[in-house]
Amino acid sequence: MKRWFGFVRKEFYHILRDRRTMFILIGMPLVQILLFGFAVTNEIREARIGILDLSRDEHTQEIRNKLMASGYFRQVADWQRPEQVEAGFKSGDVKVVLIFEEDFGQNLKREGLAHVQIITDATDPNTGQTLLSYVSTIIIDYQRELNQPYQLPLRIEVETQMRYNPELKGVFLFVPGLITIILMLVSALMTSVSIAREKEMGTMEVLLASPMRPIQIILGKVAPYVLLGLLIALGVLLIGYFVFDVPVKGNLLLLAAEGLLFVITVLSLGVLISIVSPNQQVALMVSMMVLMMPTILLSGFMFPIENMPPFLQYISLIIPARWFIVIIKNIMLKGSGIEQIWQETLILFGFTVFYIVLAIRRFKVRLA
Amino acid sequence: MSDTVNHSIQVRELTRKFGDFTAVDHITFDVKQGEIFGFLGANGAGKTTAIRMLCGLLSPTSGQAEVCGYDLFDQTEEIKRNIGYMSQRFSLYEDLTVEENILFYGGIYGMKRRELRSQTDILLDRLGLGPIKRVLISELPLGWKQKLAFSTALIHDPAIVFLDEPTGGVDPLTRRQFWEMIYETAHHGTTVFVTTHYMDEAEYCDRVSIMVDGRIAALDTPRKLKEQFSANSMDEVFVKLARP
Repeated sequence: MKRWFGFVRKEFYHILRDRRTMFILIGMPLVQILLFGFAVTNEIREARIGILDLSRDEHTQEIRNKLMASGYFRQVADWQRPEQVEAGFKSGDVKVVLIFEEDFGQNLKREGLAHVQIITDATDPNTGQTLLSYVSTIIIDYQRELNQPYQLPLRIEVETQMRYNPELKGVFLFVPGLITIILMLVSALMTSVSIAREKEMGTMEVLLASPMRPIQIILGKVAPYVLLGLLIALGVLLIGYFVFDVPVKGNLLLLAAEGLLFVITVLSLGVLISIVSPNQQVALMVSMMVLMMPTILLSGFMFPIENMPPFLQYISLIIPARWFIVIIKNIMLKGSGIEQIWQETLILFGFTVFYIVLAIRRFKVRLA
Repeated sequence: MSDTVNHSIQVRELTRKFGDFTAVDHITFDVKQGEIFGFLGANGAGKTTAIRMLCGLLSPTSGQAEVCGYDLFDQTEEIKRNIGYMSQRFSLYEDLTVEENILFYGGIYGMKRRELRSQTDILLDRLGLGPIKRVLISELPLGWKQKLAFSTALIHDPAIVFLDEPTGGVDPLTRRQFWEMIYETAHHGTTVFVTTHYMDEAEYCDRVSIMVDGRIAALDTPRKLKEQFSANSMDEVFVKLARP
C-alpha cells in the first residue's frame, strides 16, 4: 500500500508540473460554464415582436398588455396593413408576429371563437419554437381568465407547460452536460494519454519489471485523474448552483455514487484505449474520435437525440455519456431517486464490466 | 536444477513462440554470480524476447529456467524483487528531479523510507550529483542521465541487473565511464546481464553469447571466441556468425 501511494505521488508530480495541461483542464470548464451561463442561452429576453391588430378592441389590447408585461417581448412594430408583415420579417426586424383578425373581440363574444395567428422566424428553429410556445401560453392564459366567470361545466383546455425548466434556461441543461464532458475528458482522455506516455517512454517496461503488480500500476495511474475529475466536476456543480441557480433537487449521495460509476466506466474505456495504442499520439487520436466527438455530438448534450436520424439514434445507444446525462439531469433537475434511473445505471454498469473484461484480456495477450 | 549458489541464471531449452514464429529457440546457458555476461545478436535475433522472459515480462512457451534461484514459471514475483532492469529507452522521468526519480524507483521496490534516503545520498555522492539533486532530469546531459538510470536500477541492491542496450547514443568517453561502473558493480558481486550493439563493448564482458535466428550460435569468453573463429576482434566473430 505504501509502495502504491509513492506511485500515486509521482503521478501527481506529472500532473502538477505540466502547467499547460493543468491550465486547460481547469480553465476550459470555467470558461465554458461562464460562456454558456451568461452569453449563449436559449432563454428569450426582449424578443422583437410585431403586431398587426386588425380589430383593436379591449380583448386585443388586453392580450397585448399581457405580452408586454411578460418581459419576454419588445414591441417594435404596430402595423396597420397585412403587407407590412412580410417586409418586417424580411428585413429581420421582428422575430415573431402576432395577427389579430378583424372583429376579434366581437367574434369572441358572439360566437365564442376568435382567431389569432402567430408567425415566427424559424431560421433558428429552437428560438422559433420557443417563441411560439411563449406567445400561445400567454394567449391560453388569457382565455382561461375569460372563461372563469362563466363557469362552463365541461371544457377541454389545451395547455402548454415547460416543466422543470420553465424559463428554458440553457445553463440548466448545460451544467449536467458539462460535468459529463469533464469527467470524460479528465478521466478517460488524460488517463489513456498518460498510460500511453509511459509505454512510449519505455518506463512502462521498467515498472512491469518491478514487483508492482500490473493492476497496482494501472490503479496508480488512474487514481489521481479520478480525484481531479471529480473535483473539477464538483467545481462546475457549485458554480452552477451558486451563480446560475441550477437546482440540485435529488440526493447528493446518489449523484456522487452515479458520478463515480460513470468515472469508472469511462476510465476502463480509457485504459482499454491506452492498451491498444502504441504511443501518445494514437491514444490521443483514438480518445478524440471514440470518446470526445461522439460524446459531445451524439449524447444529447448539444442536439436532442429525438431529432437525430434513426441511424444516429442507434449509435447514441452505445455512448455511455448518453445514459449518464439522463441520470444526472434527472437527479439534479427532477430530483429522481434510484427507482427512476435504475435502468440507465444498470446499462452503465454493463458497459463498465464489458470494458474491464476486454482491457484485461488485451493486457494479458500482450504479456503472455 | 542444482548449485544455484554459484549460478544466478540457469536456462535450459527455453523457447518462446509467437504463433508460428519461434523467436527464441531452445536456448541453454548459465550465468555465474558476479559475472558480466554479454548478450549479443543482430536486430530480430531474439535478444529482447529472451531478456524479457528472464525479467518476468513475458511468459516462456516451453523449457526451464531459474533466475536468482527462483523458477521462471511460477515465481516471477520473487524474481522481480531481486533483479534490476534498465531498458534501452530512457527509463527516468524527465519531469521529475534527480532525487524524486531515485526515491520513486526505490519506493516501488518497497524500500523503507529511511533506508532509501541514506542510499540515495550515498548514490548521489558517488555520482557527484549531490549538488544538483533538485534539478529536473530533462536538464541533464545524456551521459549523466544514463549513469543515473543505471544507479537507479541498482538502488534496491538486486542480485542481477539486466541492461538492455544501455549505451545507445552515448559518446565514447561516457561509454567508457559507464563500463567502469559496470565493472565496479560486478566486483561487488552483482551479476550483470547486458545486451549491446557495440562490439568493442563485447570485449569488456567476461563471457559473451551470440544469438542468431533465435538460437545461441556461440558462447564463450571473448578471447576463446576469437581463437575459435580465428578472428582479430569480436566484430569479425560477429560478422562471421551473423552473416554466414
